[in-house]
Amino acid sequence: MDFLRPASWEEALAAKAEHPAAVPIAGGTDVMVEINFDHRRPEHLMDLNRIGDLEEWEVGEDSVRLGASVPYAKIMEHLRAELPGLALASHTVASPQIRNRGGVGGNLGTASPAGDAHPALLAAGAEIEAESVRGTRRIPVDAFYTGVKRNALAPDELIRAVHIKKADGPQQYSKAGTRNAMVIAVCAFGLALHPETRTVRTGIGSAAPTPIRAQAAEEFLNAALEEGGFWDSGKIVTPSVAKRFADLCAAACNPIDDVRGTAGYRRHAVGVMARRTLTWTWESYRGAHRLTEGAA
Amino acid sequence: MPTNGVPTRITQGSGTRGGIGESTLRPDGTLKVTGEFAYSSDMWHEDMLWGQILRSTVAHAEIVSIDTSEALALPGVYAVMTYDDLPTEVRNYGLEIQDTPVLAHGKVRHHGEPVAIVAADHPETARRATARIRVDYRELPVVTDEASATAPGAVLVHENRDDPHSRHVPHPNIVHRQPIVRGDVEAARRRADVVVEGEYTFGMQDQAFLGPESGLAVPEEDGGVHLYIATQWLHSDLRQIAPVLGLPEDRVRMTLAGVGGAFGGREDLSMQIHACLLALRTGKPVKIVYNRFESFFGHVHRHPARLFYEHGATADGRLTHVRCRIVLDGGAYASASPAVVGNASSLGVGPYRVDDVDIEAIALYTNNPPCGAMRGFGAVQACFAYEAQMDRLAARLGMDPVELRQLNAMEQGTLLPTGQPVDSPAPVAELLRRVKAMPMPPERQWESSEGADLRQLPGGLSNTTHGEGVVRGVGYAVGIKNVGFSEGFDDYSTARVRLEVAGGEPVAGVHTAMAEVGQGGVTVHAQIARTELGVGQVTIHPANTEVGSAGSTSASRQTYVTGGAVRNACELVRERVLDLGRRKFGSYHPAWATAELLLEGGKVVTDGGEVLADLVDVLGGEAVEIEEEWRHRPTEPFDLRTGQGNGHVQYSFAAHRAVVEVDTELGLVKVIELACAQDVGKALNPLSVIGQIQGGTTQGLGVAVMEEIVVDPRTAKVRNPSFTDYLIPTILDTPTIPVDMLELADDHAPYGLRGVGEAPTLSSTPAVLAAIRDATGLELNRTPVRPEHLTGTV
Repeated sequence: MDFLRPASWEEALAAKAEHPAAVPIAGGTDVMVEINFDHRRPEHLMDLNRIGDLEEWEVGEDSVRLGASVPYAKIMEHLRAELPGLALASHTVASPQIRNRGGVGGNLGTASPAGDAHPALLAAGAEIEAESVRGTRRIPVDAFYTGVKRNALAPDELIRAVHIKKADGPQQYSKAGTRNAMVIAVCAFGLALHPETRTVRTGIGSAAPTPIRAQAAEEFLNAALEEGGFWDSGKIVTPSVAKRFADLCAAACNPIDDVRGTAGYRRHAVGVMARRTLTWTWESYRGAHRLTEGAA
Repeated sequence: MPTNGVPTRITQGSGTRGGIGESTLRPDGTLKVTGEFAYSSDMWHEDMLWGQILRSTVAHAEIVSIDTSEALALPGVYAVMTYDDLPTEVRNYGLEIQDTPVLAHGKVRHHGEPVAIVAADHPETARRATARIRVDYRELPVVTDEASATAPGAVLVHENRDDPHSRHVPHPNIVHRQPIVRGDVEAARRRADVVVEGEYTFGMQDQAFLGPESGLAVPEEDGGVHLYIATQWLHSDLRQIAPVLGLPEDRVRMTLAGVGGAFGGREDLSMQIHACLLALRTGKPVKIVYNRFESFFGHVHRHPARLFYEHGATADGRLTHVRCRIVLDGGAYASASPAVVGNASSLGVGPYRVDDVDIEAIALYTNNPPCGAMRGFGAVQACFAYEAQMDRLAARLGMDPVELRQLNAMEQGTLLPTGQPVDSPAPVAELLRRVKAMPMPPERQWESSEGADLRQLPGGLSNTTHGEGVVRGVGYAVGIKNVGFSEGFDDYSTARVRLEVAGGEPVAGVHTAMAEVGQGGVTVHAQIARTELGVGQVTIHPANTEVGSAGSTSASRQTYVTGGAVRNACELVRERVLDLGRRKFGSYHPAWATAELLLEGGKVVTDGGEVLADLVDVLGGEAVEIEEEWRHRPTEPFDLRTGQGNGHVQYSFAAHRAVVEVDTELGLVKVIELACAQDVGKALNPLSVIGQIQGGTTQGLGVAVMEEIVVDPRTAKVRNPSFTDYLIPTILDTPTIPVDMLELADDHAPYGLRGVGEAPTLSSTPAVLAAIRDATGLELNRTPVRPEHLTGTV
């Protein structure tokens, strides 16, 4: 195995172009496990740790440009206000040691359906900044996951950053696992309210071959909230609406039975988490709504 | 409620600092928490090679052929060995039954069985070499449970059995069967006003010790080998290793290397013989370290079990009878299965008084992973079931479950189902009273002014609930565990104690072969020596086979038996030192002849406190050294038909109260508190005792809510051999564990002490299960409980 150590982003792109099968490694929290278990033995490993920009982030007008290697611990510490869903998801990643090393770029590169960041990215809305010697493109997160542990990157592309929409409303994230810490998701659910566009977005992890959005559930809820005038009135979401939303989220799943849980449990748990996160986000929205009205 | 028994009183050495009863600190404690402790996997030797084991990828198959040529051709490879390369006719090993091949011979019987071994100059080269060995398997049908093991025409896991149990078992796929029959169950059943039946399943738990199997074998000039090894019992290893190597035992030297936990999983051999074979073959030191994946295949697990129980009681709650059948899955090789059967059957009704019993326990041979010793050893599985039954009985009778237990609790003098009287304090009812009397943790602890404190909720920081669906439950359980090796086993320990003057001070040296696996024996031995010899300085010699056997670090026995041996040797040293003093100084003071003499603070003193001489002067340039074996009182085997017999040495009792919060919608559990009350006889080191109780309690919690090796019933292959999918409790899963320690002396034991390490593992699991049942109203007949069991999504 050859160990490539590009000193700059340009060198990294050149190396990737030359060795498209080279596996990039940053925190190493996924890649090293695979290598240690002998599940993977790449010809080339490309260390991105000398490229400082990958660990930086910029908070823009509408979105945050998050360097691919920004560790979860930094997201929790510095981006809680802008990216509340991703910050909550970051909290659930493994142990403090792993959160100090691992970042969203690795989660996207591996594209495991169990990656903790995915539901939060799907719910918030994000674009992956992929780059190669041929140029840069931005891949919408919805189009990024193409199969079990497969993504839309071309062989010569590297993930440079993720552009995540800044929260314009409450966001929540829940993850069900059989341990109260340091556990791989049996399934996970992310929900973001977008009051500016009066829409909701969802993200589901570990309950289908790829991370997915519950499109039908989103459409139902968008319509129900609009028709009921909920965004304006800020009144409590009717239990029947919440239940229908939860059922549609559960129905969006296409899970498997495995050693971590049954398909039936995953569907059930996604429904419960959808209902609860809707309650929590809507409560926050109502609180903020009342506050705004009171101030006006 | 009266308790029988009194605490131990000690005169000798009671004025010496750092003696028994004090919480002296572990010598290895700081090194371990700072990462500086040298574990067996950290060893290194110049010119050493790395050993690697090729393991079977299937559970049951004939080996048609093995081709090692490509592995041998790899540069850096020094040796490749298969069954055909074994040096002698002794090619099997085993704790009791020598049924385990050193390397597979013509057949593999479980997933992960060792087939070939490689030595190379780099671990990666060794690993690649094993991948180049071609093994042609012809797969055989798998036997995975009682039905498939005993069906007509069932495939035999071992053909042509000839072992101490093969003649009395009803089927060759049954390792051992122990019935225990006492009284007249049919007649007693007619007196019962209420009868409850239950069928229970106990999943396969792993010891999950953190230091993987590892050791270093160094060839010696005399043609022998020196093995540095993490094990639980050096001399048992030696007895099994030497014949396979074709060496006399005195040419296989063994030294204990740093052990990273054991819990029973190091009672059997793992890589010991393999490392020695490769070292002798290559003439170079060979180190073998399993990785985590291999470790799951490299040691035996706790027997999974199916348990069928019937309990009867009169309307006022007195037990009339218990009938039970316990089926333990021993997997492909016997390991400790016969003794596990002995424990499960003899302790099968728990710490209760019941005169009419009909018990049967069996262990199966199957193609599942081999199972053997683990903390609690057969008593754990039974306790899970009989305690569920006691709750069920209480519910049927409309009684409080603690009161029902107290009403039927055994006491000193109660006969076990084996007819053996419990002849030391048995404060079962008192332990229940104490654990129930502890203050309850406050309700809804997650509520705070800044929103829900997720750490106090099921799901923790995974943020699955802010209180929605959360219901509290409370459950109780109590258990009984035997201490020491039972059923007529000659269970002894050896200690060598030396007292001499060094640097102008009297110094005691203690040398035993006791495996320190984390239990704190090295701390306790020093305390005993200080107390018995009245000196401050004690040196604990590294454990090796230059001294006689200390027996196993298991069965909660080391403080009792090796501690007993150290005390005994110290007493003999003390007598000899006093004789020396009488000879030297007897004429100067009449007290030398007339008073009771003690060693205290480095001096010979009378029991009245008068100083007669300094030890330094008594000893002068002489060293007094004694090596002696020490035995607890003998036991008998259980009768093969009736199960009667005085099979046990001592008992250990613990009770738990579990308080849980269950997210009833998501099926997630947070154990809030696991209060424990335990009679420890005498706490030689209270801090260590509390550590044992809290550790045992946590291991019991693990198998209640998460720990299970999942074996595919179709292929008998392990599905989760990693810490990614075999989950053990983290600190966020571990509740507060208040401990109420009772110290009632067992007059038969040194200092009145009781073995403490296992009992808390027994009652913790059923207490958690009872609490979850209380919260959910579900039956829950299996452990561990998984979210799908709590949400009807199995």
